[in-house]
Amino acid sequence: MIAYINGRKRVLAEDDLGKNLLSFLRDELGLTGAKNGCGIGACGACTVLVNNRPVRSCRKAVADIVDANVLTIEGLAREDGSLHPLQQAFADAGAIQCGFCTPGMVLTAHALLLANHEPTRAEIRRAISGNLCRCTGYQQIIDAIESAAKFYR
Amino acid sequence: MSEKHKAWRNDAYAKVTGRAQYAGDLRFHGMLHAVPVYTDFVHARIRRIDAAAALRSPGVVRVITARDVPGSVTFGQILRDYRMLADDKVRFNGDVAAVVVAETRERAIAVIPLVKIEAEELPPLLDPDEAMKPGAPLVHEGHGSNVVNHHKVRRGDAAAALRACDHVIEQEFRTQLIEHAYLETETAVAVPRPDGVTEIYASTQHPFSTRRFVAALLGVPLADVEVRTVPIGGGFGGKDDTVSVVAARAALAAKLTGRPVRIAYDREWSMRESYKRHPYRIRYRMGFSSSGRIEACEVRVVADAGAYCSVTPWVTWRSTVQCCGPYDVPNVHCDVYGVYTNNVVTGAMRGFGSPQINFAVEQLVEMAAERCGMSATEFRKRNMVRQGSVTITGQKLDTHTVSLEQALDSTLRGIGYHGKHAKCSFGKSGSDELYGIGYAISYRGMSLGAEGMDFNSAVINVQFDGSILLEAAVHENGQGAESAMVLICAEQLGVDKQRIRYRMPSTANIPDGGTTVASRGTIMGGGAVANAARALKARLAELLAAKLECPPDRVRFSNDRILGADDVHALTWPEAMQQLFLAQEYPYSFGTFKAPQVSWDEHTGQGKAYFTWVYGCQAVELTVNKRTGRVKLLGMSATHEVGKAVNHAMVLGQFYGGMAMGTGYALFEEIHNDGGLVRNANFNHYRIPRATDLPEMTGIIIENPDPNSPTGAKGVGEPTNELMAPAIANAIYNATGVRHFSLPIRVRPLTGEERA
Ligand code: FES
Ligand code: FES
Repeated sequence: MIAYINGRKRVLAEDDLGKNLLSFLRDELGLTGAKNGCGIGACGACTVLVNNRPVRSCRKAVADIVDANVLTIEGLAREDGSLHPLQQAFADAGAIQCGFCTPGMVLTAHALLLANHEPTRAEIRRAISGNLCRCTGYQQIIDAIESAAKFYR
Repeated sequence: MSEKHKAWRNDAYAKVTGRAQYAGDLRFHGMLHAVPVYTDFVHARIRRIDAAAALRSPGVVRVITARDVPGSVTFGQILRDYRMLADDKVRFNGDVAAVVVAETRERAIAVIPLVKIEAEELPPLLDPDEAMKPGAPLVHEGHGSNVVNHHKVRRGDAAAALRACDHVIEQEFRTQLIEHAYLETETAVAVPRPDGVTEIYASTQHPFSTRRFVAALLGVPLADVEVRTVPIGGGFGGKDDTVSVVAARAALAAKLTGRPVRIAYDREWSMRESYKRHPYRIRYRMGFSSSGRIEACEVRVVADAGAYCSVTPWVTWRSTVQCCGPYDVPNVHCDVYGVYTNNVVTGAMRGFGSPQINFAVEQLVEMAAERCGMSATEFRKRNMVRQGSVTITGQKLDTHTVSLEQALDSTLRGIGYHGKHAKCSFGKSGSDELYGIGYAISYRGMSLGAEGMDFNSAVINVQFDGSILLEAAVHENGQGAESAMVLICAEQLGVDKQRIRYRMPSTANIPDGGTTVASRGTIMGGGAVANAARALKARLAELLAAKLECPPDRVRFSNDRILGADDVHALTWPEAMQQLFLAQEYPYSFGTFKAPQVSWDEHTGQGKAYFTWVYGCQAVELTVNKRTGRVKLLGMSATHEVGKAVNHAMVLGQFYGGMAMGTGYALFEEIHNDGGLVRNANFNHYRIPRATDLPEMTGIIIENPDPNSPTGAKGVGEPTNELMAPAIANAIYNATGVRHFSLPIRVRPLTGEERA
């Protein structure tokens, strides 16, 4: 069985299928960008994209990614390490404070912008409403997402 | 986005790419995992802890209890009452009786039920008013009383003035227990080093405090513990005692096993054990004249400290100093008590004793204004502090710009208050939605004030190629403290900020600068950086004067160059450093900043409480649905005095984050304390504001550089989080005509008759 993780093909062992996806990504693949903020699917800090849809990895098993494309925050920047325009927009808008919600927030926003190139601010609010941020009040996060939309058009 | 308003952070790249390594992301060879073992009790005398069955389980390395502690099992920032491992008693449900250390975290969790704790249950003390009564059972027998502290203000003769004045409003207010809800839970890794030092990586906002806790539990000198800085997932005042205790337990486990040990808290453990914001019961009697002048205030506050002291005396001290809000009140009689109970511990949280007080005072002044038949704004303006005013503790406000009125006017203008106020529903509306707008103002003493030692230091270590290593004893909690230090250093030295690397300081290479709370990072750490930079420039000027053919006092630093009296004689920054290398001189500087003198008389409650103050105003527009009581926020606006904005976008980020957190305090958040048990210990039941709960926000920054601050800058973290609850309460009143005196505000739907 295989999955594509950040564009790379990866063989999944039978033993892995029952494992929690967040722990698997963090502890076995070393992809620690996804965070555990609650462990029960209530905060969005563990968000990764599976086939371009945001998924709470703390509530998923490895079996759920068989044959799927998984994008974690580590896979969003360019090969040369330069930032994706959405990431750059987060940095420029002041959307990052403690950064703990940032990976999940960026990926949720990426999924939104892939599907909707011209979201209104209200649509952005709805899209990120499952991603908690305690630091920013979301204002500059929404600014960032709004300003990055043009790069998806 | 204009360059000025573009955010800049030295850690943005690491955080936005997921590369930033928080404590829980670090891995060490041979690392073990430890977990806490709680008890089923709220208050109990421990008889026996039996870990034999747990120890026999596969993968379990060790079970640690208070008996294994080589140092002191108790410690604390003020009183040393905190049981890092419960020994004699369980004092609250978050007390930890044992720590299981195992090869994997899963194994450690699996054996928790096998640790048997026998104890004799004691009746829990859950009501601070009851706990204060003489003869009440004691939470800490050694303390002799459940009263942790009693602060006062005595000014004029409040009793006589209250008897003599035209009107008296008497009102009780209650505020609730809330959680910081930083997204990252308490996490610590302890690594035993070959040289005998225990190295700590922890989600702490106060590495020096963590070091003290660890050293106390291990019974070693401070120099034998090194707390290294890692990014933390939010603090808000909450990443001190609890995570320090967690780190101390990890350190003990590392010491006993000789291997690195990580403790990473589940959210449920975090919310069960971590300290919270104090719930207050506040009773006011405010007397005022018909012409709208406040004559007297009598204030009594009882704050629930929970099971351990933590920083309750400091939190309640700020409430005491600011108990009348930003108003000039000639007669004050104020008593503020912190009281032990068997509830979850309370301690520092962003705002630190002011959100509770402001919730009360900013409604009281509006109630008084209404009684006088005067607008709330007019009433405030008649009583507010101004340039040269004397505070209720006898401090003259004449060493900085008192910009309270400016903050108020700017917020109200920005949100269009006056026009909109006329449209408020006051309970009457043709539709289901009632409209209201409201606001609140405050002043806030900067930094620690007379509550603590207030000094800081910084090191600027320029390399001979011109690159710069900077460190300061302030902590990056997410607010952008490091970036602020870098920007201050760059501006002072006239160099490009890209030259500067902030060297994440450890407790082993920078002197103890205290805690990064109290909105003191920028003013204190920035002050130390500025002083270090000035010393460095003086030294460079002396060494380079001959080369630049001018006297040292004419040497200038700008645009990455060091210049003489004219623009002809100039060295690029790297050239200048090369000159120093040839002269065998170090471009190295250590700077300190000590807060100007403050004073306090505990008996009279008089003194120069803080060396400087900031001023702010926040406003909100909302609707309330008559049928459901649902509050919908339409817009929010804030103005705050910051002295000088070092990083514009980050300052606004503090505004927005503070307003959002204040909204949660006003409308959503409350720990359900059920007989001493925290019932809603995760985000499914503890509701913090989501993007869809919040409206668009705007912020206006006032800059009056403060002569008491080496950079002119003051602080902004907390003032932004102390005003939204009263602003929302006032707006809800203007919408519904109903006052709410307890938090969180739950608006009762109107009955059919009332709706008519
Ligand atoms: S950790 Fe998965 S939603 Fe919170
Ligand atoms: S930046 Fe801290 S939780 Fe979002």
